Amino acid sequence: MPKDHGIGASTKRREDVRFLTGTGNYTDDINVYGQAYVHFLRSDVAHGTINGIDTAAAEAMPGVLHIFTGKDFEAVGGIPCGWQVTDRFGQPMKEPKHPVLAHGKVRHVGDPICAVVAETLEQARDAAEAIELDIDELPAVVNMAKALEDGATLVHDDLGDNLCYDWGFVEENKEAVDEAIKNAAHVTTLELVNNRVVPNPMEPRVAIGDFNAASGDSTLYTTSQNPHVIRLLMGAFVLGIPEHKLRVVAPDVGGGFGSKIYHYAEEALCTFAAKALKRPVKWTSTRSEAFMSDAHGRDHVTTIELALDADHKFTAVRTSTLANMGAYLSTFAPSVPTWLHGTLMAGNYTTPLVYCNVRAVFTNTVPVDAYRGAGRPEATYQLERVIDKAARELGVDPIEIRRKNFVTEFPYQTPVAVEYDSGDFHRLMDKLEAAADFGGFAARRAESEKKGMLRGLGINCFIEACGIAPSNLVGQLGARAGLYESATVRVNATGGLVVMTGSHSHGQGHETVFPQVISEMTGLEEHMVEIEHGDTANTPMGMGTYGSRSIAVGGSAMVRATEKIINKMKKIAAHLMEAAEGDIELKDGSFSVAGTDKSVAWGDVCLAAYVPHNYPLEDIEPGLEETAFYDPANFTYPAGAYACEVEVDPETGKVRIDRFTTADDFGNVMNPMIVDGQVHGGLAQGIGQALLENSTYDPETGQLLSASYMDYAMPRADDVPFFKVDHTNGTPCTHNPLGVKGCGEAGAIGSTPTVVNAVVDAVQSGGHKHVTHIDMPLTPGRVWAAMNG
Amino acid sequence: MYSFDIERPKSVADAVAALGADEAQPIAGGQTLIPTLKQRLASPSKLVALSGIEEMKYVRRDGDTLVIGGGTTHGTIARETAEHFPGLAGLAARIGDPAVRNRGTIGGSIANNDPSACYPSAALACGATIVTDKREIAADDYFQGMFMTALEEGEIVTEIRFPIPEKSAYMKFEQIASRFPLVGVFVAKFADKVGVGVTGASNDGVFRWSEAEQALGSNFAADAVSGLTAPDASDMISDLHGTGAYRAHLVGVMTKRAVAAAS
Ligand SMILES: Cc1cc2nc3c(=O)[nH]c(=O)nc-3n(C[C@H](O)[C@H](O)[C@H](O)COP(=O)(O)OP(=O)(O)OC[C@H]3O[C@@H](n4cnc5c(N)ncnc54)[C@H](O)[C@@H]3O)c2cc1C
Repeated sequence: MPKDHGIGASTKRREDVRFLTGTGNYTDDINVYGQAYVHFLRSDVAHGTINGIDTAAAEAMPGVLHIFTGKDFEAVGGIPCGWQVTDRFGQPMKEPKHPVLAHGKVRHVGDPICAVVAETLEQARDAAEAIELDIDELPAVVNMAKALEDGATLVHDDLGDNLCYDWGFVEENKEAVDEAIKNAAHVTTLELVNNRVVPNPMEPRVAIGDFNAASGDSTLYTTSQNPHVIRLLMGAFVLGIPEHKLRVVAPDVGGGFGSKIYHYAEEALCTFAAKALKRPVKWTSTRSEAFMSDAHGRDHVTTIELALDADHKFTAVRTSTLANMGAYLSTFAPSVPTWLHGTLMAGNYTTPLVYCNVRAVFTNTVPVDAYRGAGRPEATYQLERVIDKAARELGVDPIEIRRKNFVTEFPYQTPVAVEYDSGDFHRLMDKLEAAADFGGFAARRAESEKKGMLRGLGINCFIEACGIAPSNLVGQLGARAGLYESATVRVNATGGLVVMTGSHSHGQGHETVFPQVISEMTGLEEHMVEIEHGDTANTPMGMGTYGSRSIAVGGSAMVRATEKIINKMKKIAAHLMEAAEGDIELKDGSFSVAGTDKSVAWGDVCLAAYVPHNYPLEDIEPGLEETAFYDPANFTYPAGAYACEVEVDPETGKVRIDRFTTADDFGNVMNPMIVDGQVHGGLAQGIGQALLENSTYDPETGQLLSASYMDYAMPRADDVPFFKVDHTNGTPCTHNPLGVKGCGEAGAIGSTPTVVNAVVDAVQSGGHKHVTHIDMPLTPGRVWAAMNG
Repeated sequence: MYSFDIERPKSVADAVAALGADEAQPIAGGQTLIPTLKQRLASPSKLVALSGIEEMKYVRRDGDTLVIGGGTTHGTIARETAEHFPGLAGLAARIGDPAVRNRGTIGGSIANNDPSACYPSAALACGATIVTDKREIAADDYFQGMFMTALEEGEIVTEIRFPIPEKSAYMKFEQIASRFPLVGVFVAKFADKVGVGVTGASNDGVFRWSEAEQALGSNFAADAVSGLTAPDASDMISDLHGTGAYRAHLVGVMTKRAVAAAS
């Protein structure tokens, strides 16, 4: 019998009631009395020198309150970067200024130049059209390789070149890796592009700044995955507002996928303008603005070499990557191609030697930052593609070559810094082989061929580092923040329990899952537990939600705080029953004395804590409220094995995914239904990247060619098959209290190589033996061109 | 959106009168025009809504001709032509999504002549007649390149007359993002001729593929297309969704498939 409550139950998502009935409270649903509206005038050229901005005519337009330009922000800071990478030579990365509004130059299409605040949005837009800009267009820097050539146009003149950093990892292994590759029995080389994508959460970004003239307090309502991080970054580094005078509220948020981690200029502008104008100021991004102002994802160009010995054991991996940073450094951008990427280059395998070289490049494009998986999908994609290519070159089975190289002993210290605590890759592969019915593939291929279709099978294994992250470790790696999480647990006088968590739910389902954990620990029914998140005024300082960290880090903090509460309640119960504290047991929501029939109900203990008439006041304080901060000892390491079958139409190049099967290890699973949903969503996103999505810039002008859904293809329901997902083979994480690993990014990480491996297999089966790789997205035109090239 | 006046006439005559105003423009389903207005890419002083004109909404059979009012929605066409002209019904049923089909009209599509619009291929392949408030225009004369038509300022498409083919089919190869046709081919077989209309592909907008028409005229079979050289790739649209060579190739593939599917 599956459980119907507590850990492991598929409790229905309570938040869906409000989301599905249109009663959610998203940032755009918030309207503050007296609010004005801001419209951003954005650059329509990729690169240019600002000679002058004449706002006189626009200021005189009806309803205009004020027009802000870069000059208004000379006295305050710029948008900060939260991670400093140190290069191969021990030097810090180059860190350009990132003004709130463009100053001196515009650096990408969409770079905000002016902020027009007016009584209505239409008035603001009208006025923006009356602003006279004098901009001299400069050559656009778009292609990364060209950006690094001598004499290239500079995105930031003061930096001297367009190189942010030249990073090597593991630098000490460089020569040993070169040597191993030179002496290898076989080396497989692959050049590939990890295509640039636009995150496209369903809800575009929104910011409302509000200033209380009486108290001098500022409030920012914003679409954020981590309101405390925004408060710290914007308060301390941009506007100089201390935390106690600044409140950041991120209410219901409609998806983020990374893009709502970062602190954006529009948030600072609204907060600043509200104070300057003594009026609340609201900005709601249009979808068009989202395309040219939300941080994009991926955009790596990589050459990877895999060395094997005569027995097909992997002996070394060497990579060389160009990573696009865009025009400015977004909050966590430098960490993505480095520490979130290089540390996963051993994959599920015992490869002893790894060397990754990453050069991060400034271009006249929208900044690039973490997007679902962040660095780990890039690592998995290149490694699993090159392994597949090697298997093909050597004429060996792609599963066998992987099995031969699997890590089997845990804990396992990789050559790339991280230590895997637990896992069982053979078991995942066993599960996958059975569930995906590899035995029936030949017959299915024959059926497809009868219809004139080419069928291919692709498989993939992956591991990721989630539950981000041990603060002392990431501090050494350049993080300018700690990555703990926090929770305050409050039990009310009448017994209900509230968790105030620093994690933030923007689709994940915390409001359902966190109470399941509490219910398991206390015996309380789930509906007695409420989760509060997203408001810095009533939650403890927390780092928010990304990197599949909510249950692993935020959940752990909640467990620790709940343990403190239970311990205190046991003390009170012991007093009430005149028993020894050590004899008190909590079971099914009441406290009893071991070995007796004496017990006291949960509610009676709560009441005693708040009405402490008969209470050990000399020993313990009244009330029931405890806070815990949890800093993980290690990352968690979810892993998986995925299989995909595709049909390719040889006449048109169109790819249809027929089957997709997953076997994941997420450690212990709190709510299987929600985990299924996370995997489904991740797979759809990965399939989107593999087949459809591509953020394309004109190589000459730097114009964004895929700037709307007319040209940017999101996956739709009929682009994906019914998924067969399994996560029953978890090996618990050994270092967090729930034994959880995190499941938010797995689908997006594991799917891209699976799909591409399958398409290459299909195309090869059609006799196109020269096709060893096709770059994503595998659009019909690209697949057709590869077959006919 | 810029501000504008709106009028809602009940008859074609009133609409024509309303369109006499300076910078007035008709709006039908708004599926093309509203997004344009929202992006401030058009600034009509007055919109004349055609959606209230009942006399522009009908599908009827008149002998060997299917007559469709210019204000008829794609959804209605998909339902009401299914019996007599399944090729056209199939075309209409795959335009956009239900919301688009329940608002968007054939008149709006024919008037706009988007290089990737579906109906123009059917109109050319069948030799349809475009009827306006002023005159009747043969399809061959009406479509004059991307977004260009024979319509004059203020002229309203009131009706489209399709000779009903013996057999027909529309094959749409979708552009992955917009799901408009990357290449769409309408094949119509009549007793004495075959029409092949191609949309989405050419720099000159919708066109008739006359080599295929000839080949199919003497042998209406998919194989008849196989031997033909595809249209010149340098005349085809080349963009981020496909090269000219790919589109030229797809014209052949979609034509073959349309012939095979024709019913
Ligand atoms: C999501 C989406 C997907 C779509 N997919 C497809 C597709 O796959 N294939 C396809 O063919 N189309 C597609 N369309 C376009 C759709 O078919 C439009 O409805 C159509 O192109 C315009 O019709 P409308 O009635 O909406 O015209 P409107 O948007 O109201 O008007 C369009 C233009 O025509 C003028 N006009 C309108 N009616 C008349 C008339 N009777 N006489 C003279 N001028 C007139 C208007 O002034 C305007 O300039 C899609 C649209 C959307 C939004």
